[in-house]
Amino acid sequence: MNWISIGSLSDIPRRGARCVATPEGKIAVFRTQDDQVYAIDDHCPHKGGPLSQGIVHGTAVTCPLHNWVISLETGKALGADEGAVRTIPVRVEGERLFIALEALASRAA
Amino acid sequence: MSERLVIIGNGMAPGRMLEHLLEQAPGRYAVTIFNAEPRVNYDRIMLSPVLSGEKAYEEIIIHGDGWYIANNITLYKGHKIVAIDRAAKTVTSDHGVTEPYDKLVIATGSVPFIIPVPGHDLPGVLTYRDLDDVQAMMLAAQSRAKAVVIGGGLLGLEAAAGLNAQGMDVTVLHVMPTLMERQLDPAAGYLLQRAVEQRGIKVITKANTQAITGNGKVGQVELADGTIIPATLVVMAVGIRPNSALAKEAGIAVNRGIVVDAGMRSNDPDIYALGECAEVNGQVYGLVAPLYEMARVAASQLAGNEAAAFVHMDTPTKLKVTGIDLFSLGDFAEGEDRQEIVLRDAAAGVYKRLVLKDDRIIGTVLYGETADGAWFNDLKKKQTDISEMRDTLIFGQSYQGGAPLDPMAAVAALPDDAEICGCNGVCKGKITGAITAKGLASLDDVRAHTKASASCGSCTGLVEKLMVLTIGDKYNPAAVQPMCGCTTLGHDEVRRLIIAKRLKTIPAVMQELEWTTSCGCAKCRPALNYYLVCDWPDDYADDYQSRFINERVHANIQKDGTYSVVPRMWGGVTNAAELRAIADVVDKFEIPMVKVTGGQRIDMLGIRKEDLPAVWADLGQAGFVSGHAYAKGLRTVKTCVGSDWCRFGTQDSTGLGIRIEKFMWGSWTPAKVKMAVSGCPRNCAEATCKDVGVICVDSGYEIHFAGAAGLDIKGTEVLGLVKTEDEALEHIVALTQMYREQGRYLERIYKWAKRIGIPEIKRQIMDDGDKRKAYYERFVFSQKFAQVDPWSERVSGKDKHEFRPMASVGFAQAAE
Repeated sequence: MNWISIGSLSDIPRRGARCVATPEGKIAVFRTQDDQVYAIDDHCPHKGGPLSQGIVHGTAVTCPLHNWVISLETGKALGADEGAVRTIPVRVEGERLFIALEALASRAA
Repeated sequence: MSERLVIIGNGMAPGRMLEHLLEQAPGRYAVTIFNAEPRVNYDRIMLSPVLSGEKAYEEIIIHGDGWYIANNITLYKGHKIVAIDRAAKTVTSDHGVTEPYDKLVIATGSVPFIIPVPGHDLPGVLTYRDLDDVQAMMLAAQSRAKAVVIGGGLLGLEAAAGLNAQGMDVTVLHVMPTLMERQLDPAAGYLLQRAVEQRGIKVITKANTQAITGNGKVGQVELADGTIIPATLVVMAVGIRPNSALAKEAGIAVNRGIVVDAGMRSNDPDIYALGECAEVNGQVYGLVAPLYEMARVAASQLAGNEAAAFVHMDTPTKLKVTGIDLFSLGDFAEGEDRQEIVLRDAAAGVYKRLVLKDDRIIGTVLYGETADGAWFNDLKKKQTDISEMRDTLIFGQSYQGGAPLDPMAAVAALPDDAEICGCNGVCKGKITGAITAKGLASLDDVRAHTKASASCGSCTGLVEKLMVLTIGDKYNPAAVQPMCGCTTLGHDEVRRLIIAKRLKTIPAVMQELEWTTSCGCAKCRPALNYYLVCDWPDDYADDYQSRFINERVHANIQKDGTYSVVPRMWGGVTNAAELRAIADVVDKFEIPMVKVTGGQRIDMLGIRKEDLPAVWADLGQAGFVSGHAYAKGLRTVKTCVGSDWCRFGTQDSTGLGIRIEKFMWGSWTPAKVKMAVSGCPRNCAEATCKDVGVICVDSGYEIHFAGAAGLDIKGTEVLGLVKTEDEALEHIVALTQMYREQGRYLERIYKWAKRIGIPEIKRQIMDDGDKRKAYYERFVFSQKFAQVDPWSERVSGKDKHEFRPMASVGFAQAAE
């Protein structure tokens, strides 16, 4: 797996997210209250809302457009809604954050 | 002609007696009550929640003025009876009213015991007995200074917790080695002391108060061992004694209390006594359940049932301090013929002790986990032989059937005569029977018909479970809609508790109010953030991660993830330079859409997030600040051209609109606030469908509020007419602050006003000048922290992480 450095943990506010720009669109990288890091496509399965702009609670994010709640762990919509968004592997080495590029490449292929 | 019944005292016991009497013998008596306190009958048990700020006085009233009128009862408020003339059969009040009686009921209650140490009469020494005491304590607490509570029993600890909640530095002095020694054994007393100390209350046991000293008022408390504790307030809560002086002077038999037989009758056959002033079979009582039993007996006697008799009962003790669960019942002293079963879980702070004699429970102490109290009480009352279940008895009812039962099944398994409400002595069968027979579907109905959970409220959970068991889905437990799935509390309770417990961060709220999730959800977090911003403007650090994206980046998100930007145009007035600057920004950033809004502003749509700071920088150069078109806050004040231009204009509506907007911009509110000022009743600014509107007339300014023109359409209500612009501003600001302090998050003004009632709002804003000024001043104070232009802050670099990607990856590969 090809791990690509995207920055450090402190770049992301707790209970917040930052975006990583890729040729295939943005990836949203989340940091939870207890410093776990997750990456998913920045694209709500409902109407494409930018999930990175939502409110982060527990290990979920609420989409800013229509309040779908997406699990950061599985990418799946929680509650009564159905749909899923791609998750991207993340590695944390101390302060440094990496995402797996192969996941990107395999999707491009 | 009905007989004349006179009652001295208007506490909970005579109040309850009258309820029974009106039911059993309606119209038999013409009733007159003399109340030394200048008020109606209220729930004295709930004074502690009033002191801690968790409840308001209005919420603890049992009988409002209307009840006395509806039942034809004459109530003399603030009349203390000073003499009973048994020969003439009259009573006389300190205001000189003399009233004849056929039957007299003495219910003078008790007086607090004052330790006769030097200084006990200094100003600043209070007792804890009635609403006046509570109000005096709350007033003293405003200084946030030091308080000493003498007495570590039920009342003393509740007073200490209340004063602590009001922000005072509290020390409890208790003469015995452990707290509440009459109700708790030493182990539970120790756990209680630890819990009290964890709240920041100091506890000194074996403390012998020697003197209270100070210069003309309380300054310090001195103990026998030489310890000196500074204090500006001393509360004596060392006990009560029956208030029987009046009866004694009238020659009625008095021992500790007024001596009555089992029918509550004194040695004068026409005079009854009940409540804390009465002594039955050598016993006096202070807890509400036996007092209510006395009320039942006295009412039956007065209704002609001479068989009604009072029987001694043990009553469980519960401490009403939020977050401390404690239950004690019966006799728990050690003895040779007694055995005990003890369960300790130090980590969870749980302690349970059962005292047994001849395989029967005679005493129970539960600390930390009290759900089985009702069950143990039932076993004790029925003298059930527990030898069969002895091994698992201490684990409670759930463990008696092998596998643990769910709480609902545990309630279902209770026998019909199990006591549910200790205060009012209501058993399970009576509650379920009333639910079925009378078709009761709400908690309030059950309280009205059975009295269950109507006093201290600690059995509310049990009563609700009974309702579910009896009527299933027809019962809607959420009489109060919870804020969200993370809590059972409604918005109003949360707001009240934030103030009462002085909670100043979101984690503190979630911890203290027992949130069920680790960090809330997208519903409660923005609401809590608003409440904290509103209630602690100087202390609270706004949590941007708990704000909706629009308020975090100060622009409005659109369906494609781009943003729209609306600069502020005060009162809807602009000029060539501003319009030119907007045109330049539109060209430079290739903004695809420019639109005029309903609130007289210009909206630029389709701006990329990354461009926002640069757009704001250019707009800022031209003098623009944020228009807050995204905020749950003051949005716009729409105006017409008024007396400057219009041939019909009566006042300078444009000027007033701009003035209001410049005064109020930046303030956060529960939901958006849109205003308008029209220069004449033709109302070109459409002020009569706004949250707040002004219609200018020749004689001044008519202030309107609570209009709506969105999901709902509703014309405004008139708040009132004021003469000057200054007054108009003050009234509008005060109204907005009242809404800020009381509104539920996302509740628009018209919904809030419907909930509170238009007359109440008028009363506070139009009629009560002091209240209005106080609201106004709190708004002005909070504006000191709120009026910062968020755009220029971000142009200067604040939150720059919001506006640029963290990294760009994969582009090199794509280019190859």
